[in-house]
Amino acid sequence: MSVLVLMEGADDELSLQALTFARELAQASGDGAEPSAFTIDGPYAPAAFGQTVADLIGARAPRAVIAPGSERGNEVMAHAAAILDEPLSANTTAFEPGDPPTVTRVRWGGSLLEQALLRARTLLITVAPHAVAAQAPGVMPEAVPASGHALALAPTERVGASSGGVTLEEASVVVSGGRGVGSAEGFAIIEELAGLLHGAVGCSRAVTSAGWRPHTDQVGQTGTKVAPELYIACGISGATQHMAGCKGAKKLLAINADGEASIFAHADYGVVGDLHAVLPGIAAEIRKARGA
Amino acid sequence: MHVYACVKRVPMTGGQITLTDDQRAISTRHLGFTVSPHEECAVEEAVQIVEREGGSVTVLTLGPAESEEQLRDMMAIGADQAVHLVSDGEEWDPQATAAAIVAAIRSDPQPPDLILFGNESADAGNYQVAVRVAHQLGLPCVTGVKAINISGGRARCEQEVPGGRDVYDAPLPAVVAVKEGINLPRYPSVPGRLRAKRKPLAASQPQRPPARLEMLRLELPPEAGKQVRILGQGPDAAPAVVEILSELGVL
Repeated sequence: MSVLVLMEGADDELSLQALTFARELAQASGDGAEPSAFTIDGPYAPAAFGQTVADLIGARAPRAVIAPGSERGNEVMAHAAAILDEPLSANTTAFEPGDPPTVTRVRWGGSLLEQALLRARTLLITVAPHAVAAQAPGVMPEAVPASGHALALAPTERVGASSGGVTLEEASVVVSGGRGVGSAEGFAIIEELAGLLHGAVGCSRAVTSAGWRPHTDQVGQTGTKVAPELYIACGISGATQHMAGCKGAKKLLAINADGEASIFAHADYGVVGDLHAVLPGIAAEIRKARGA
Repeated sequence: MHVYACVKRVPMTGGQITLTDDQRAISTRHLGFTVSPHEECAVEEAVQIVEREGGSVTVLTLGPAESEEQLRDMMAIGADQAVHLVSDGEEWDPQATAAAIVAAIRSDPQPPDLILFGNESADAGNYQVAVRVAHQLGLPCVTGVKAINISGGRARCEQEVPGGRDVYDAPLPAVVAVKEGINLPRYPSVPGRLRAKRKPLAASQPQRPPARLEMLRLELPPEAGKQVRILGQGPDAAPAVVEILSELGVL
């Protein structure tokens, strides 16, 4: 049984996770032959890349094609699935062989799991980020030239490169404010604390919906997904929409006036109190600790 | 311009999800419903495009009879008419969903110039219905879009990528899947709600084909089993917080 793995690069973390998933799938459902890894060579054009996967399936008849559940991985595999009229299991966390096999995949940005039967001639699967760990050895993926597709569009330019400063994705500390901040002006203290910790400012969906902060600051299922060393959630209740964006944080400190808020069930550390009273004290204490 | 915006009725989950006894759905006894956030932005974008370019907005959903509530909500913020593909209340997989949408769009005597989707639904998150619809209709498709500019029969779409935005110049008609942040959806006004009640809604009942991705059951992910350590109450907690910051090496 042959398994193909679509990689975005030999060192790409999510692609290496997809490789691990593919090895486990091959082991569980057959002879455990090493999956064949490939990258697609050519300027990115989603429909053309999808056609490349479809052509490769036509030429090599694999049992499964596995790809990372990245934005591009999901996009390319959706095109391949549409071209082939095959089902696609996106953001998959587990595979159980059978006829048909059963997949487990994430819903609600990871707040819920779904088990589903995958009825397909060729199993098309993307792997949810961080569902499995990347394992050695890596591979040297084969570079397959991109196919053409009549509907293919390629980007004509790239605009709006990040404007410096610490980005939400890269920050080792994220200080986020929720509805409890109360106003756009209320974010001054959030910004001050983030600045002191060389971190980035985040916010919940309630805040962007109210127009207090730009959507680029939103952490959540429909915003940015962050993975800092420390996430400080201030005046955030802990809705599933928000937690889907910050569950990658190593540690979570919650500051909330409501001691019963569900954020505390996800937190490592908690302070019960109004953030407008608590944060200035923390900022002052940091300055004191630094002798400033 | 005739713009379609496709939406899905989903529960408004709060802090904790509970499942029905048969584990095939979220228990919604105490929950309201909404449309997925990305899709609400798709409707707002459609309305703004038509405000600039002229034309009309059709909002479409595949969902149970109760989804009329969401269609009326979307007409209250400016969609002109609605298409309701009334489902049997069962889960439709992405292929079945796309096929039903394609059939509905093909039967419209006024073909759309632009078909907008949310990038992925809030609940199932399959990331593929828009792409499938595009291929079946033979139209170009751009996903993950955070800005659309219509000019000269083309849609200039900005796709969010790490480090910036990739620009795609799509000839119309086209399919575009948008993300929250492309705009800030307006709230429905009272007159808007009243007008929405009288706007045309065409309902039909497509047949559900056998699922190729067949949902069996839902489950809650294993709890991390975290035990929160309360560092204190109010401003007095500051020294304990700074001690933790120091321990974590972020000070």
